[in-house]
Amino acid sequence: MSSTYTKKQVADLVKGDLDFETVHLMLSMPKDEDRYKFYMETINENLDYDHQAIGALGPHLNYVIRSDDEEIVVMCDCGHDFGQYRSNWKLNAVIYVRDNVEKMEQIYPAIMAPDTTWQVYREYYCPSCGIQHCVEAPTPWYPVMHDLQPDFATFYEWMGQPAPAKI
Amino acid sequence: MTILENPLGNKPGTLLKNGMTLNDHRNAVLARTEETGYYDGRKELTFKDTDPIGFERIFSKVRAGVVNSREVAKKIAASPIVEQEGELCFTLYNVTGDCVVTSTGIIIHVGTMGAAIKYMIQNDWESNPGINEGDMFTNNDCQTGNVHPCDIATIVPIFHDGVMVAWVGGVTHVIDTGAVGPGSMSNGQIQRFGDGLQITCRKTGINDTPLRDYLHESQRNVRTTKYWILDEKTRIAGCHMIRDMVLEVIEDEGAEAFDEFMYEVVEDGRRGLIMRIKAMCMPGTVKTVAFVDVPYTHEDVHVPSTFAKMDSIMHAPCEITVKPTGEWRLDFEGCSRWGWHTYNTNPVAFTSGIWVMMTQSLIPTERVNDGCRYATEFRLPKGTWTNPDDRRTAHADAWHFLVSSWSSLWRGISRTYFARGYLEEVNAGNSNPCNWLQGGGVNQDGEVHAVNSFETAACGTGACAVKDGLNHAAAIWNPEGDMGDIEIWELAEPLLYMGRRIKTNTGGYGKYRGGLGYETLRMVWNSADWTMFFMGNGYMNSDWGLMGGYPAATGYRFEAHNTGLQERIAEGKSLPLGQDRDPRECEYEKHLGPDATVKRDKQCITTEDMYANGDLYLNYLRGGPGFGDPLDRRIVDIQEDLNQNFLLAEFAEKVYGAVFTTDDEGVYTVDADKTAARQAEMRKERLARAVPVKEWMETERTKIIDKDASLAVQQMYASSFYLSPKFTAEFKEFWDLPADWELPEEELGTPMYGARHTMEIGDLPDVSPVIMTEE
Repeated sequence: MSSTYTKKQVADLVKGDLDFETVHLMLSMPKDEDRYKFYMETINENLDYDHQAIGALGPHLNYVIRSDDEEIVVMCDCGHDFGQYRSNWKLNAVIYVRDNVEKMEQIYPAIMAPDTTWQVYREYYCPSCGIQHCVEAPTPWYPVMHDLQPDFATFYEWMGQPAPAKI
Repeated sequence: MTILENPLGNKPGTLLKNGMTLNDHRNAVLARTEETGYYDGRKELTFKDTDPIGFERIFSKVRAGVVNSREVAKKIAASPIVEQEGELCFTLYNVTGDCVVTSTGIIIHVGTMGAAIKYMIQNDWESNPGINEGDMFTNNDCQTGNVHPCDIATIVPIFHDGVMVAWVGGVTHVIDTGAVGPGSMSNGQIQRFGDGLQITCRKTGINDTPLRDYLHESQRNVRTTKYWILDEKTRIAGCHMIRDMVLEVIEDEGAEAFDEFMYEVVEDGRRGLIMRIKAMCMPGTVKTVAFVDVPYTHEDVHVPSTFAKMDSIMHAPCEITVKPTGEWRLDFEGCSRWGWHTYNTNPVAFTSGIWVMMTQSLIPTERVNDGCRYATEFRLPKGTWTNPDDRRTAHADAWHFLVSSWSSLWRGISRTYFARGYLEEVNAGNSNPCNWLQGGGVNQDGEVHAVNSFETAACGTGACAVKDGLNHAAAIWNPEGDMGDIEIWELAEPLLYMGRRIKTNTGGYGKYRGGLGYETLRMVWNSADWTMFFMGNGYMNSDWGLMGGYPAATGYRFEAHNTGLQERIAEGKSLPLGQDRDPRECEYEKHLGPDATVKRDKQCITTEDMYANGDLYLNYLRGGPGFGDPLDRRIVDIQEDLNQNFLLAEFAEKVYGAVFTTDDEGVYTVDADKTAARQAEMRKERLARAVPVKEWMETERTKIIDKDASLAVQQMYASSFYLSPKFTAEFKEFWDLPADWELPEEELGTPMYGARHTMEIGDLPDVSPVIMTEE
């Protein structure tokens, strides 16, 4: 058993415009099998570049099939290429570390922010457009987290669709 | 003297229809599961497939029965924790101790009571003390699967025509278990031996009657005796209602159908989770991590032993693997060691607790049962805080670490939803549900008393990928989050409410912000002797924010003594009534007498301290983390946050880039064009201040080589390095450290008592612990 929604409803969901009643249905009813198809169509229609998105890491960050060589890479909406999808895109980002009281006070009153001898905030920006793609909040010294490593081969098998050439 | 043969117990093989002992039967079920990959070898769901209506009829009856019993039974309780917050749960088990159906409520106990049943089976309770119709067993032992001692479980075997057919368990969260610190989730004690009364699957009733020795003994060992006894009656009543219901179902549907159902429904639950994972998740691997501060060197933390007097950090890395089979694996390799505090947990609490979270996301159905566990692989390394290798550990506030580590699981699994479009399921994480206001003494009725305000059952939720988090609305450990009525709390506690307001600026910023927490200011009133302490996070956050969103605000404490408030009330002067809106402005202090002493700082864990009538205590309940880049937040939402007093204007400017005006009434209007221009500038400012990650890594690497970090941070790493060669190797590889670089705990000078020499519960004679996870 599954549910059915229109592409417009999925597009509205992505924009944050979908009415709460439908969002609630989406939460409480079995999932819709066309979601991935409509989701990717929506994302691709909103992108200004020619590479094909096949998955999402964030509101402005996608896995895309690069049009010139069919490699799957991580790409910002602005077109900045963060490299092959099996690598950690963050290593090719730029970073700002809030590691003292003055830097923390830019986002919270000091008493409501972490003590930076215990914890720092690491903000990862796109080097081209300055979008903030990620904020990490670890102790000092913590390795950069490689958040998601998708298994596209299995995913396409689950979806009953042919997988991209270079997964 | 005449020696009676087996005076207490049962002759082996007389409980079950198949003539096996409970332990042999359970082992046979486990063997068939292991051999086939299907629960009890049930590759075919014969009953469900041939008589689906009959199958669902039984399910509906037992599910409705356990929910109904919970709703009725909780009215017996006087404790606001049970009656107001719904901190109780009833669960039906098959004879092997696997859960088949559970009520609403704190469903972590699906697993904890199951673990107690399995312990009784594995340790031959069948022959001693015996398992008979009309018996009751009580368990709250944290070394036997319980989360923390205050969750008391009553377990009743169910017989039909002289044959054992099921178990039913009921649990309530009691207000006090007689630990060193008053309140159900206290600190101050550092070992099991100060953690309060612990009962290990003891037979506490026969012939449906609680045994008098148990009632007398248990009451003497707790502070809140009335609540204790009424909670006991609540659990017994619920279990007996469910027993009656089960017997009616058997009469209506037949013993054979009921017996088939009790196994097939577990396999059905296993398949249900797999289907849901395949329907919602991106397969692959997710890495995530969480931390919690344990600041014990502060002067306001009093512990009985010097070896506990140290600052440390809970480290909870997790690798989630969504496998091609649709099963999933959670591996906590790299966690830090257990400690001399009350925040340790055990594997059952850890694994069972995850279902509380997942019923709000992956499996939001009534069909959650032990089948989900059979579709999940857990790895909880021995010696870590998730799986202590020492029988001395304390667990009273195990939730402090548990819920903090789970916030990262929300974030991790949400990435797999987001990747394929199920945005509505994304949750940036849960708040760190605290502060826990606890204390005790002699209350307004002149009785020895203890309190644990469960207002924290209504913190802010994390942001979703399509909407803001809910404000003051939920707690991860109780899906029915409720802050409780002020009037009820004032009856239960000698503490008047001076104010209860939304806590400004507590939700993590983002395109969608985290839900806001709230704050209540309590004044001690009409007590004879009274103590309180704080229990929460202050120096660190356990939540992170997701995909560009920020973590929520951290906690702080406010307490005031010698306030002069009674004189100010008599004189009609102003009082600290409302909000500590911007803690830098110290609004409360403006309404106190000249001799008041105030503590306003980030030390959010303290131990029992005295409070006089008129003293103040701020109970600040935390907010949730945010989602997405804050510069993507809609203008109308920023404006609404300002006008609702959800956001300080200073941070609307600094974080969101909002440009706004205010009118004479103080109403904010955000200028869309000027804000967009400012946000464009802010993106450029980000690039101007940032450096390439690989360049930053060089500077951070130098700090590591120089061992430039606080002692608490270094101790955390040293502890994880000692327990996990894999984590050590990955750490050194990532930072490209010299082969001989090391950080042994021995060089830090921090107390290492318990770090190298331990004794497990399984080392005790005649004790066989139940192990259900990879270690």
